[in-house]
Amino acid sequence: MLIQFTNNGIYCRQADVYIDPWKPVNKAIITHAHSDHARTGNKYYLAHKNSESILRYRLGNIVLQTLNYYETININGVTISLHPAGHVIGSAQVRLEYKGEIWVVSGDYKVKNDGYTIPFEPVKCQHFITESTFGLPIYNFPQAEEVNLQLNNWVEENAARGLNSVIIGYALGKAQRILTGLKTDQPVLLHSTIYNTNEALGFDNSRYIKFTPEFKKETLNPGIVVATGSVVGSPWLRRFDPYKLAFCSGWMQLRGARRRRNADKGFVMSDHADWNGLNEAVLATSAENIYVTHGYKSVYSKWLREHYKLNAVEVETLFEGEGIENDSSENVKEEKE
Amino acid sequence: MKAFTELYSALDQTTKTNEKVNVMVNYFNHINSKDAIWAIALLTGRRPKRPIKTTDMKAWATELAGIPYWLFEDSYDVVGDLAETISLLIPLSESNVEKSLSEVMEEIILIQSKTEEEKKQWLFSFWNSFSKDELFVFNKLITGSFRVGVSQQLIFKALSKTYSIDDKVIAHKLMGAWLPQTSELRELLSDESSSFDDSKPYPFYLAYQLDVPFTDIGSIVDWQIERKYDGIRGQIIVRNNSVHIWSRGEELMTDKFIEFMPLKNILPNGTVLDGEILPFKDKKIMSFNEMQKRIGRKNVSKKTLNDIPLCMMCYDLLEYNGKDIRQLALIARRKLLEELITETNNPLLKLSPLLDCNAWENLDTLRNESKLLGCEGLMLKQKDSIYETGRRRGKWWKWKVDPYTVDAVLIYAQSGHGRRANLYTDYTFAIWDNGELVPFTKAYSGLTDKELIEVDNWIKKNTIEKFGPVRSVKAELVFEIAFEGINASSRHKSGIALRFPRILRWRKDKKKEEINTKEDLLQLLNSVL
Repeated sequence: MLIQFTNNGIYCRQADVYIDPWKPVNKAIITHAHSDHARTGNKYYLAHKNSESILRYRLGNIVLQTLNYYETININGVTISLHPAGHVIGSAQVRLEYKGEIWVVSGDYKVKNDGYTIPFEPVKCQHFITESTFGLPIYNFPQAEEVNLQLNNWVEENAARGLNSVIIGYALGKAQRILTGLKTDQPVLLHSTIYNTNEALGFDNSRYIKFTPEFKKETLNPGIVVATGSVVGSPWLRRFDPYKLAFCSGWMQLRGARRRRNADKGFVMSDHADWNGLNEAVLATSAENIYVTHGYKSVYSKWLREHYKLNAVEVETLFEGEGIENDSSENVKEEKE
Repeated sequence: MKAFTELYSALDQTTKTNEKVNVMVNYFNHINSKDAIWAIALLTGRRPKRPIKTTDMKAWATELAGIPYWLFEDSYDVVGDLAETISLLIPLSESNVEKSLSEVMEEIILIQSKTEEEKKQWLFSFWNSFSKDELFVFNKLITGSFRVGVSQQLIFKALSKTYSIDDKVIAHKLMGAWLPQTSELRELLSDESSSFDDSKPYPFYLAYQLDVPFTDIGSIVDWQIERKYDGIRGQIIVRNNSVHIWSRGEELMTDKFIEFMPLKNILPNGTVLDGEILPFKDKKIMSFNEMQKRIGRKNVSKKTLNDIPLCMMCYDLLEYNGKDIRQLALIARRKLLEELITETNNPLLKLSPLLDCNAWENLDTLRNESKLLGCEGLMLKQKDSIYETGRRRGKWWKWKVDPYTVDAVLIYAQSGHGRRANLYTDYTFAIWDNGELVPFTKAYSGLTDKELIEVDNWIKKNTIEKFGPVRSVKAELVFEIAFEGINASSRHKSGIALRFPRILRWRKDKKKEEINTKEDLLQLLNSVL
């Protein structure tokens, strides 16, 4: 077998590389820059070129080589290439081929086009490693346009009633989608983590106000605040009173998750594949062997075995996907500034 | 159905009471009176009987969703709510047939008596024509689990604003038994209606737990002090030579409490008593456990009547000689009550004694006698208070005794429902018994949202085994459990059953070696008996 699941992470012995290792190793290929996939302490990094700035911003001084999509490199006979995963900017599926054996490590992915990230492309292989964050048939995400429409209606309704709209989402990925989706004349204020992430990504910040301690309430009057989950329940939010609070996450499909967070509104906006997306992606690879990682892995692998007669097994990893309660994949240093 | 679904969503999405009232006023202003009646019925918890068995609904939803049954069950475990699970699994259709709330509700009532196949076809026709939100609300109505996060008082307030009728009148008019399918909106709400239902109770006046210092509530001489009894709060109504007994949960209990039937010849017509119905034998109040046995029985046998006789500890008089006297001061109502009970002179009706206490400082001594007397604490009522509707602060307070507590360790967890779906929040706790941990109680509430998430994360990382939705976890986390009473129980492995157990606090400072033992609880049990 070309790939093994080890205590350090997903490992290719022939090339001596790990993919998204959770312990420091010599050579690491990084699928994307969320912190449960991109960790510090590796000696050499390989990632897609669109991930470069954000990886350097988050991980500091690292030795990093980048590739374009479809560009191949060869390590000890193993041909390695990166392919669009549609998850966040620079996210990649890793294809590894050795003597006719082809593996694809997909990291996190979504199949629906979000209008911002380069969309997912299926890659034919024999062995496919898939996430299962939303691997239950209850998760059927609406189209991006539909959610954007709801989002824009909501901020306009709030403004008409003199209320600020506070929108919560991940700094990497979700925030840029929210900002791209917003069509409004209202002033938009960004939490500094998001502002800085945008800057690192080269996402145009010119239209947005960066939050500083000198912030004056009249700046919004009313307006929109985009922030990360870390501010929920903190005194930081109080200065925007009166406001309405919305979360953008795939978990918002469930009423319980929405109510537990005391959200006024939940927008079903995810950077992961929903149930149909997962099935579509798995089938499109034509792979016979499916390795199901983080999420509803036992349910989803059982489904693949029973319904599609695939050789599917569940695999224990330390990936976390989209946290339902905490934004653990965003636990990075700059949150604390 | 669309308008009602929007109302439901709007109420679901705000926690602010003013907004809730506005949303309701807006709804009632725009809806026809037939739908309004149904909306009032549903909001105040009046639901038609569940027309379709849950197992059938699950099977049919599985069929329509085109998934195996185990996947339906696994999905249900995650969502934690049947109505929502079904609305998420059923493929959405393009067609959208608009039916009014009253049409839907009338169909729900009609379908109850139909065959299984007819029910299935009927259900599919709805499932195939609703939007996702409508599906959810519809399923809630069908599964009998329809509940809205809005208090009765807010509903009365909104109705009062919409129809310009005093909210206390509305509260009274909406009490008791009425059927939405046969009611007229004007008759239902307005005071002038002549057809007054003999069984109609008054809205109960409820007290909050005392949470202000005595210095804030004035002099003790202005207060009437009584025991707080541990039974079923109820109203005994005698009108037109018949007796009706209502519990505070607005359930008609007349058939269960049959010993009160003779009161129709004993109390004058036009009498409504407010009090606590208690199991009472040999001049002593029996434990609430005995009351539960009484309520649990479908038919009340002679033996039960003999073993567990009831009485009412009367503490208020709401109607006297056919007149609503709730606007009289408590002290005046009490005088009439005393006269009535003395005149009646029947062991079924006892007068709740007034306690003598000359200073607030001495009140705690009286409160501490409560448990010995089978009581829950004290009631403080201002002597000039009128009989209000609903739960209100200020004039009436309850001052309950502190609960019992026990330290226990968490051993099983199950994911919750509703607001807590997908989070492990239903816990089973254990105590030591001769060097072994024995499970002895479940408890659900008491932790903050933040703690719940912390415990949930811990559970996911410290699971030993999974059995369906239940996980056994490493015995490590210690919690202080509060409870109101303890009874011997043959149904529980541990041999004891706690009453109203809940989590008081997470004892991060304690280790599992330091928790209580079964011996400790048995000692408590014996001291209570």
